[in-house]
Amino acid sequence: MRLEYFQMVDRVSALDPEARTISADCTVPEASPIFEGHFPGYPILPGVLMIETMAQTGGWLVMGLLRFSRMAFLAQVKEAKMRAFVAPGQVLRAEARLLHDGSGYAVATGRIVSGEKPVAEAEITYRVMPFPNETLRQELLKVARRVAVPAELFDE
Amino acid sequence: MPSTFDTVAGIIAETCDIPRDKITPESHAINDLGIDSLDFLDVAFAIDKAFGIKMPLEEWTQEVNDGKVSSDQYFVLQHLCENIDALVAAKAA
Repeated sequence: MRLEYFQMVDRVSALDPEARTISADCTVPEASPIFEGHFPGYPILPGVLMIETMAQTGGWLVMGLLRFSRMAFLAQVKEAKMRAFVAPGQVLRAEARLLHDGSGYAVATGRIVSGEKPVAEAEITYRVMPFPNETLRQELLKVARRVAVPAELFDE
Repeated sequence: MPSTFDTVAGIIAETCDIPRDKITPESHAINDLGIDSLDFLDVAFAIDKAFGIKMPLEEWTQEVNDGKVSSDQYFVLQHLCENIDALVAAKAA
């Protein structure tokens, strides 16, 4: 994870198009300016960044299933629960499952675990729409390759 | 078995916190009931789930934006329910 760059997913470890599930490795950095404020003397990963981690993980799933023809924008978070504190250096696994592939939207459940211990969960709704420009699409494709989204999900 | 309208009205009442008695077949989801686009995503999700369909919202919105049809065609509940029934029938066929 590079928190200050909003790069929450290190590597997609599994993406199953049939089951519509994804799993991703996310290791919290030992040091980040974010920990200077959250909190001084007691650094923990902000809950909003746990939500972002689940949203990005589900986003890779939604966009991968659409072969990156469309962008998934975070629209809604429901039933978010932060069940445990997360410390610098902690190894996390983020998972998501697509609940519904609607017209112009998608709904997924996300969760984060540390080992087998539940850390966070939420139901996430995305607006799914054409990429606003080709620059964004190309940049996202670069990131998708870096985090090892399966190659067969790229059309190009 | 509840009618399509009863199911849709129940979904809207619960999802958007609108009194059920204010929701009629003549209500326009946006203009009369004030449902915004984000709340309509919730409504669409609940309708898709309840009826086992995928409402083509993007296609409908495009038709309205292109001026091909009035928004009444898709967003007045009576017509929305007719469209849902047609989607259910098409799926069963």
